[in-house]
Amino acid sequence: MRTLWRVFALVALPAVLLAVWWFASADSKDFFLPPLSRILNSFDTVWTAQRWRADVLPSVLRLLAGYVAAAILGIAAGTVIGSSRKVRATTEPVLEFLRALPPPVLVPVIMLFAGIGTGMKIAVIISGCVWPVLLNTVEGVRAVDGVLTDTCTVYRVTGARRLFRLTLPAASPQIVTGLRQALSLGIILMVISEMFAASSGLGFTIVQFQRSFAIPGMWSGIILLGLLGVAMSVLFALFERWALAWYLGMRRTGGRE
Amino acid sequence: MTTGKEDMLDVHRLRRSYRTAARTVDAVGNVTFSVAEGELACVVGPSGCGKTTLLRCIAGLLAPSGGTVAVDGREVSGPPAETAVVFQEYGRSLFPWLRAGENVALPLRPRGLSGRERRARVAEALKAVDLAGAERAYPWELSGGMQQRVAIARAIAYRPKLLLMDEPFAAVDAQTRADLEDLILGLWRDLGITVLFITHDIDEAVYLGQRVLVLSASPTVVMEDVAVDLPASRDQLTTRADPRFAALRSKVYRLIRSAHGERGE
Repeated sequence: MRTLWRVFALVALPAVLLAVWWFASADSKDFFLPPLSRILNSFDTVWTAQRWRADVLPSVLRLLAGYVAAAILGIAAGTVIGSSRKVRATTEPVLEFLRALPPPVLVPVIMLFAGIGTGMKIAVIISGCVWPVLLNTVEGVRAVDGVLTDTCTVYRVTGARRLFRLTLPAASPQIVTGLRQALSLGIILMVISEMFAASSGLGFTIVQFQRSFAIPGMWSGIILLGLLGVAMSVLFALFERWALAWYLGMRRTGGRE
Repeated sequence: MTTGKEDMLDVHRLRRSYRTAARTVDAVGNVTFSVAEGELACVVGPSGCGKTTLLRCIAGLLAPSGGTVAVDGREVSGPPAETAVVFQEYGRSLFPWLRAGENVALPLRPRGLSGRERRARVAEALKAVDLAGAERAYPWELSGGMQQRVAIARAIAYRPKLLLMDEPFAAVDAQTRADLEDLILGLWRDLGITVLFITHDIDEAVYLGQRVLVLSASPTVVMEDVAVDLPASRDQLTTRADPRFAALRSKVYRLIRSAHGERGE
């Protein structure tokens, strides 16, 4: 019964919205707002196997590459910065400045250095995704419980073992928060990077459709992007449930926060 | 002062001060005492007398401002080997992302033990604290008393020569506390380790200790070293009903009250 309710809660609103869209647009004569039925029909012809290979897959791979690189970079730098008060004090103003720059502004600059190829697009994704991961990691590492730190010191748990048994797990709830924020940013940046000087990719294709007045195709691309986002967040929720099993369990039992 | 061979712990003229905005405050004034190998000594003192500061200096977590601490004949400059600590905040000294068995095993790997030896030690230590079945449980799935027993198991699996305990039972209920006190006495007798037990509870100090070191209010000195001349085997009912227990308890109580008085309270 509970599962049934949850499935209902999950699909009810999307179903209503789709139905509203469907009927409201059913006999639309507006060129830019075609009926939903036409948009859905265009999926088959627009998103062919060839297009998946040439546009969707490269986009997703670039997103993953940039995201993973940003995660590693952010966690590594965040751990170093969070572990030392001195490093924190010297880097904080610079970090706040860099974080405040909207990543799209950097696209032309990154193009100067990284050209217009795959490297540039991955660099754009990294340049935006790294900040939430880094800043959250700094906070998480800084807030490691003093008693746990003392425990490790007393029992002479040092080096890599201390990093992987104390620092990173203790900071992991915060790190995961940063990773979640970075994921939605990553999808945005993936599209933006493909709007500049690109020849393939999801973002490129959507802009291409728009410019050539293939309006149902454009809409189908936008829907596909949304579905991609949903898929990513579902995968992320599964990862979170696995990585933070102890944390979620502890909170359920009303243990210490 | 020379370090006797039989002294496991030697604290000599230990001083620790804190600097505040206005002045330097001596938390620990001048503390000198030693604990012989295999002894169980309790430390009591009025609240806020720097008991925890003293323990942190002995454990090598805090550098003294003056004086020395020697464990097993070696002067302490960082956390001494062969020393385990059981903290008061059991809930915060266990790693919530590790199971009970993994918590106990954590300090063992750097000691160069093989996987099999480690597993054997973990099982043995958990059995000694009566938690043989809880190896795969997470700390937050256990009650407060059980969590503190996991922390004790971790300490004894480490096979320390010196076990430091910082008000370990201050946060558990009375019945659990009595059980844990007897557990500590049993382990101390079986393992022959040296124990320094810090508490604010006078009854607990007299019940557990062979000696009770009574601290003054801050800046701390050892006011008196009370020998507990009770029979070696203690029992929650008979020992606590013993007139000698009552006499010792009153003596320590009076000392602590006079410590408060000196501070002008």
